[in-house]
Amino acid sequence: MAEILAVEGLVTLLGGEKRFLRAERPPVRAVDGVSLELREGEVLGVVGESGCGKSTLGRTILGIQRETAGTVRLDGRVVSGVDPRTARQMRRDVQYVHQDAAAALDPWWSIGRTLDEALVINGVGPGEERARRIDRVLRDVGLDPTTKRRYPHELSGGQLRRVTLARVLVLAPRIVLLDEPTSGLDLSVQATVLRLLRELRAELGLTYMFISHDLSVVRLMCDRVAIMYLGRIVETAETAKLFESPVHPYTTMLLAAAPRLATGQGLHAAAIHGEPPSATAVPSGCAFRTRCPHAIDACAVTVPTLDLIADGRRVACHRWPELAPLERV
Amino acid sequence: MAEALLHVDGLRISIPTDDGLAQILDHVDLEIPKGRIVGVVGESGCGKSTLVRAVLGILPRAARVDEGRIGFAGEDLLKLSPADMTRRIRGKAIGFIPQDPFLALNPVFTVGTQLLEIMRWHASDGRAAHRAHLVELLRAVQLPDPDAALDRYPHEFSGGQRQRLLIAGALACRPRLVIADEPTSALDVTTQLQILRLLRDLVSRFDVSMLFVTHDFGVVAQLCDDVMVMYAGQSVEAGPTAAVLDAPKHPYTQMLIACHPDRAQDLAGIPGSVASPLKPPSGCRFHPRCPSAKPVCHGPRPAQVHVAEREVACVLYG
Repeated sequence: MAEILAVEGLVTLLGGEKRFLRAERPPVRAVDGVSLELREGEVLGVVGESGCGKSTLGRTILGIQRETAGTVRLDGRVVSGVDPRTARQMRRDVQYVHQDAAAALDPWWSIGRTLDEALVINGVGPGEERARRIDRVLRDVGLDPTTKRRYPHELSGGQLRRVTLARVLVLAPRIVLLDEPTSGLDLSVQATVLRLLRELRAELGLTYMFISHDLSVVRLMCDRVAIMYLGRIVETAETAKLFESPVHPYTTMLLAAAPRLATGQGLHAAAIHGEPPSATAVPSGCAFRTRCPHAIDACAVTVPTLDLIADGRRVACHRWPELAPLERV
Repeated sequence: MAEALLHVDGLRISIPTDDGLAQILDHVDLEIPKGRIVGVVGESGCGKSTLVRAVLGILPRAARVDEGRIGFAGEDLLKLSPADMTRRIRGKAIGFIPQDPFLALNPVFTVGTQLLEIMRWHASDGRAAHRAHLVELLRAVQLPDPDAALDRYPHEFSGGQRQRLLIAGALACRPRLVIADEPTSALDVTTQLQILRLLRDLVSRFDVSMLFVTHDFGVVAQLCDDVMVMYAGQSVEAGPTAAVLDAPKHPYTQMLIACHPDRAQDLAGIPGSVASPLKPPSGCRFHPRCPSAKPVCHGPRPAQVHVAEREVACVLYG
């Protein structure tokens, strides 16, 4: 599969301020040197616990958060290093579905007006053309075209998700960043939303970046997975390989802790140490070393590089050669 | 099976609203044997929270109990006066662990002040004895440096630590039953597993039973001995976790478990939407969405029958 989007050495700093007569408050390194590629037509899962920077990574790729360093390439063309307004124009092929559907829609605006606004901003006209596209996209996401006369409070959680999807699909994007697309949905509604996402990808030839913390959903939906910990990617691999044989100690811990629908899994089988450190006090060297059962002195000194290893996966760990029976490429 | 500590029989609760009478619970049966962790699972609006509120005696003022009883340690909780519920049951014989550890603690008081207040309300051993007991509990919930922790404020603790504090609070007055309302849904998975382990250990160490409300079947599989599944205010299936999750019998349980991403290859979902409590379908409330529905399902609600280790309320097994 051809590369459609790639980021290299992406760094995003958030916050930080100079304060009068007081110590400067340093910014948080929310995304700290992330490199990854998105291949045309795939679903890439980005997984991590809260505060690991997965949403900030999505917002930076989208262009609404400006990168501090690093490059973003779309179809081989560099689209980074510009102000957010220009970045959004250059990255029109990339669209974002907000994780809280109810908060993402204006309660005073009918669904039709919300969808129309997206088209107007992007210079689609005339009115009849926009109306036609709105009707078609509502049908695509499984809603009746009469939904456009309704308001967000009249719709259920699952319907609201469909509206937020319709709002980005009406712009005919090629890449959709889905930020926790099923968080807060009931199991039966989640299943229908996931099925819709699958069908839309096949019909419209979309590429997804699927940001989630739910490993069961990621396993079902994604072709490849990137695991993040405190702003850095620690492992990427094809989904089946990652779930069968995780290499990075953090991936191992995360998979062991995730609840699965399997009885007799044993509550005490997995080794879990400590809680994630605050993003304002990231440990030196490998950020995971404070909770890692395999940490040695060297882990505190240098940040491990994301090495490409034999089965096509990448791992950022000083000790992976001892932990996995695989060879460096 | 061991003797039941909590026994909910045919509970029916309705609440008058502007749009008419909402029949929130329509026949709920639940049994919590001594020393066991029972998970109550269901989608939003199924009445899980109303069931918990009924057991704790904190139903909305307008709510009406139409039928049923809540047996707890030989008494019917529905017959107790509000004063009795406050003095003897809620916070004392029945402890409560809330859903969101970030909202449940008051930010302007130290955690010691807040946790000691629970004990001062329910026991008269004196402050020093309370404090000593509390330090012991904080040690049991594995909070680092328990003595100093009492003088700190909620913001100084992480989410996982705050949940540990609240668990200690629930255990403070030596309860016999602890009700946990989605206590880990605000936590990350690694922290969640640590809290689940802690709950499992405390249940045997303090000899309590637990009612664990959740919407996550994965957590039920990790923690609970038994599980009860609710749909639109009715209990539909209850039994040992392994039996129910591995071979569900009620059509709703079957379809719901088939929606779980670990099982769902075709992501079928459940056609239709949840019945409104204002105009609930007659009989089994699931019948409008059920692929096996028969005319008899419109009739009286099917009685629970014992099939393959569990209780099922469905005519298919009658």
